[in-house]
Amino acid sequence: MLIFVVRRFGTMILTMVVVSILLFLLLEINPGSVAIKVLGPYSSEEQRTIWLEHHGYFRPIYIRYIEWLGHFIAGNFGESVRFKTPVANVLWPRLGNTGILGLATMLVVVPLSLLLGVLAGMREGSRLDRTISVGSIVTTSVPEFASAVLLSAVFVFYLDILPGTSSMSDGFSVRQLILPAMVLVLYDFGYVTRMTRASMAEVMTTHYIRTAVLKGLPYNEVIRRHALRNALIAPFTVIMLQINWLLSGVIVVEFFFAYKGFGALLLEASLNKDIFLIEACAMVAVFVAVGTQTLADVGYTYLNPRIRFG
Amino acid sequence: MGVKQDYDGPILECRNLCISYFTRAGEIPAVVDFNLTLNKGDSVGLVGESGCGKSTVAMAVMQYLGNNGGIVGGEVIYKGQDLGKMSEEELRQLRGNEISMVYQEPMASLNPSMRLGRQLMEVPLCHESITEKEAYDRAIQILADVKLPDPERVMDSYPHQISGGQQQRVVIAMALLSNPSLLLLDEPTTALDVTVEAGIIELIGEIAGRFDTSMIYISHNLGLILATCDRVNVMYSGVVVEQGTVDEVFDHMRHPYTKGLFSAIPLPGANKTERPLVPIRGQLPLPHERPAGCYFGPRCDFFVEGKCDRAIERGTVPMSNVGGEAGHEVRCVRWQEIDWESYRPEGLSGEPMERGREVLALDHMRKYYELRDNSIAAMIKGSRVRYVKANESLSFNAHECETVAIVGESGCGKSTFAKVLMGLETATDGKVIFNGQDVGELPVQKRSPEQVGSMQMIFQNPFDTLNPSHSVGAQLARVIKKFGVETEREKVHQRVLELLDLVKLPRDFARRRPRQLSGGQKQRVGIARAFAGRPAMVVADEPVSALDVSVQAAVTGLLMDIQRTYRTTLLFISHDLSLVRYLADRVVVMYLGSIMEQGTTDEVFAPPYHPYTEALLSAVPIADTSIEKKRIILEGNLPSVLNPPKGCPFHTRCPRKIGKICETETPPNAEAGPGHTIFCHIPMEELRAVEPVIVQTKKTKAAE
Amino acid sequence: MTDQAIVVVRRESRILRFFKAVALLRESVVGMIGLGLIVFWVLMAIFADVLSPFPPNATIFPLAAPGTAAPDGGVFWLGTDHIGRDILSRIIHGSRTVLLYGPLATFCAYAVGIPMGLAAGYRRGTTDDILSFIANVILSFPVLVLYVIIIATIGASAANIVVAVTFASAPGIFRIVRGLALDLRSREYVFAAETRGESPARIMFVEILPNARGPLIVDACLRLGYVIITIGVLGFLGLGLPPPDPDWGGMINETRQMAMSFPHMTVFPCIAISSLVLGFNLLADGLREVSLRD
Repeated sequence: MLIFVVRRFGTMILTMVVVSILLFLLLEINPGSVAIKVLGPYSSEEQRTIWLEHHGYFRPIYIRYIEWLGHFIAGNFGESVRFKTPVANVLWPRLGNTGILGLATMLVVVPLSLLLGVLAGMREGSRLDRTISVGSIVTTSVPEFASAVLLSAVFVFYLDILPGTSSMSDGFSVRQLILPAMVLVLYDFGYVTRMTRASMAEVMTTHYIRTAVLKGLPYNEVIRRHALRNALIAPFTVIMLQINWLLSGVIVVEFFFAYKGFGALLLEASLNKDIFLIEACAMVAVFVAVGTQTLADVGYTYLNPRIRFG
Repeated sequence: MGVKQDYDGPILECRNLCISYFTRAGEIPAVVDFNLTLNKGDSVGLVGESGCGKSTVAMAVMQYLGNNGGIVGGEVIYKGQDLGKMSEEELRQLRGNEISMVYQEPMASLNPSMRLGRQLMEVPLCHESITEKEAYDRAIQILADVKLPDPERVMDSYPHQISGGQQQRVVIAMALLSNPSLLLLDEPTTALDVTVEAGIIELIGEIAGRFDTSMIYISHNLGLILATCDRVNVMYSGVVVEQGTVDEVFDHMRHPYTKGLFSAIPLPGANKTERPLVPIRGQLPLPHERPAGCYFGPRCDFFVEGKCDRAIERGTVPMSNVGGEAGHEVRCVRWQEIDWESYRPEGLSGEPMERGREVLALDHMRKYYELRDNSIAAMIKGSRVRYVKANESLSFNAHECETVAIVGESGCGKSTFAKVLMGLETATDGKVIFNGQDVGELPVQKRSPEQVGSMQMIFQNPFDTLNPSHSVGAQLARVIKKFGVETEREKVHQRVLELLDLVKLPRDFARRRPRQLSGGQKQRVGIARAFAGRPAMVVADEPVSALDVSVQAAVTGLLMDIQRTYRTTLLFISHDLSLVRYLADRVVVMYLGSIMEQGTTDEVFAPPYHPYTEALLSAVPIADTSIEKKRIILEGNLPSVLNPPKGCPFHTRCPRKIGKICETETPPNAEAGPGHTIFCHIPMEELRAVEPVIVQTKKTKAAE
Repeated sequence: MTDQAIVVVRRESRILRFFKAVALLRESVVGMIGLGLIVFWVLMAIFADVLSPFPPNATIFPLAAPGTAAPDGGVFWLGTDHIGRDILSRIIHGSRTVLLYGPLATFCAYAVGIPMGLAAGYRRGTTDDILSFIANVILSFPVLVLYVIIIATIGASAANIVVAVTFASAPGIFRIVRGLALDLRSREYVFAAETRGESPARIMFVEILPNARGPLIVDACLRLGYVIITIGVLGFLGLGLPPPDPDWGGMINETRQMAMSFPHMTVFPCIAISSLVLGFNLLADGLREVSLRD
């Protein structure tokens, strides 16, 4: 088990390194375009050359890469062109905001979808199951921007009980968190519900559940002790991977509601070609993604006795 | 022990039980007019082929027929109470407590994420009010009762950490924990090796005796029924066609189906040339297409039109009492008219075949798999590369038109051996000479199409052996083209049709998809596919073990027919010793990668035996009441292939181990006769003096 | 029976089989509804020029409410946007964009993902290790992040969107195909093909792939739905096709500031895209239901 964990972390680090190389090559391989992006399209050739010289852009690329990597690990991400301040100053607070939004979302999605999924899976084919299934399908068919529009129309303009933007300019406000979280929850819970349902339905048809019933165990014990234990292994990994998904999902939502989060930051950086900010955001996003994948893998192995005690 | 009411009458009574399934296509009767009376301590067998309804009866007793099944007539009465009228809670109290069940696949029947101790303790904890400590002690006790070594370790393990045989013992222990009055066993040994099976059968017999439990034993294997039950019910297409004591049904059978079953299985008296197997013609009717009158009519040699197919209002022919011993009944309108003495059914043709030149010769063939262990522990120990010694020094030969059987249980190396022969693996050492050429080092890609076509294989699982996405004809055509037999489209097509004729399938099957064929028909296509290139040798890996008994006989006969026509060498891999005795000319017995004994069939099946052969022979269930078998049960588990025992690989389980020499030195290949070798340290005179395992006794009418 | 007759019979049965497959779907209400929605939009896309009352980019009369009459005849059934373009016509024409690039991009993704997945699942070993690692690297980017970076780097155009979608979807397809191949490779008919000395390519594409049809078709429907959402999102974020081409996502983005006063400008495109995606999702669910019953 320990060997497995170490190997997975090793793979994770290797992936990060490969990704960093790819990113670096993609964005900084051409010093000229870097200079244009930093100094703006109206800068003169001479200004760019001086700047490039000053920042060591005429050295071989692998030296530049290693130096960049070194700075990166130390937390020095360079300076954002757009915000005119070190990237780190902008990145971490924004990441924290997205974290809060993500946490709020997960706090609703996890219990809701596990509950609905288990109920649907227990009674496969029943009315309840069909309702939950179709409901899940419908909610995942509505893109986030569409549901953001529709929910805003209802809650902000017709009912006027929630604010239309969530810029949190007067400090933290729970009310401003509700709509963005609602959009994310609505889109996300359907998928986790369906995965949980599939897992539960499969477990309910296994022979060991039949054994448990024919042993004379009360039904709720069969569900609690035998079914859930096995059915929830797969949803666990799905939920871990949803954290990964959230980093994508928040882009649209933060953009729509002007929430000062990580997703909106990445979008702005990309639209403005703010190189160092893009690099930092991408690396952080990949780190979270790879990290959650590794945790999901390790967790799955831990929870599954067949693999753990192989 | 829980206090159970002592009940005087029959433990279980099924009266006119009718069970149906409800599908989109309507109601499909699964079991009709089932009657059974089970008293305390009785054990009754339900025997029949697939689709006869025997498992459905067990589920009906448990009242667990699923969403789409239901009892549509009759009652199931347990200790005087109608189970159909009980509430779910009352049923729950009976299950696991008074009525318990043992299932076919032990691994699938145990919760993979829960420790076995927990799973065991649940049973008494939820039915009786005892403490956890008491439950734990009871569980340990019952594990010892089912002869599991080291019960504490088993309590702490997960299902996948113990072997199949041990898992089944745990399932049996779980069923017995609350001392049930009725035990249902649904094919409990089908998934197990023969020697492990023997141990389980012995255990079941002991338990029945000790706890006085009534048992219903369900199986398709008549030999197992003989070994475990007092009475037997033979089922066909949802009805019991004959029932009575084991002696009555086995020796004085009255129903043509029962007779057909016995004629189709290879009993020790059967012989492929003089007394061949007799298949049952025709096919099992589909559940919604049962014929009017007697269900077995269309396949019966004694069918009389007008009498046997007369429609009967309540379903089918009623049971008639045969008289003599109480309770021998048969469901046949003509049973009194049938003259069994003069019945000489036509068996499969069996002219003896003369063997020709040598076709295959294995010379000390060795196959080791490399296993790289990259863990830190292995690096320290210096044992990074380990070897799985799948085949160790195999030497034997096979001739034209000869049938050589390779016999062994799981882990003996027969599948590896087949892979090396076919070229999917290459031999690590030694020679494999086929038709004069050494193919041991030639992977299949390097062999010529003629070589490949000259040695083909028939596989075990008919349901998986054909690609479901292509038609039968297309798959056969592909093989024909690949082996270069024909190339022009017209000729290829002609050959496809000829192949279908060869395996006695209608020509228009060429256009059908595999899912439209039955198991037996698919296997015939598999045979056609193997013979497409007119092979010199065919390796058949358990070709009939997944088929029903009546179909087995037909497919076996077909195989022999084709062999005779083409003078093919047949390498028959099997664990079914009865079939091997019937079919094979020579036998090779393998254990853990080495050959334990080889010789002609007669030589191997008679003393001198290798101790493993002896144990195997005693483990095979035989459905003949006039046979007496020595009981030899092997202790212990199959050793790991990664760590085979030093010296003789069998010494860890050998009942005749003579001492230290077995642990340290590799045995010699002692010659018991020309071509008959035994891999053992025991001196030949001692082995010759051993009594035969299977003894034919004269049938006497014992006055009971 | 002559060869000709057999060939004819075989062809007939192929067509017959296709219709029988579609007819099977009739057993699933959900699947039929999904199919209906899809067919509806496909027809819209094909006959867009005939069906739309106005040219999609013609600026006629801004901010008209749904149902108002146009100055030169005809009705703005769904109203007009802030520049004066008829929303119904833009929606109908927008379906073309989505139904052209969506399937195209998905098809490209499958063309890349299937061979890679088969190779990794069937051959295993080093091939599998390398391909899986590459797929994992790509998959470690949260999807939209990947899109945003790609588009921001190589620019927004129809071709680039197809490339971006292919790049981002292929690893997911790779994983599914690999899983199916890993499962199917242990079947006896694959083993039989190996004993015949068939080439790995033939085994992968002729023996294994046809038997993976079922789950792949279901996945294709789901993935199409997801790709359509992605195209919509990219349009919404301003990374999609450049204006003035009607693009449902773009339509919503352009008009959302005024949505409070004129909700019709944003709500109808939302319903349009949701209904199309719903169609694919329902069809996928229906197919899955029917294949389980088989």
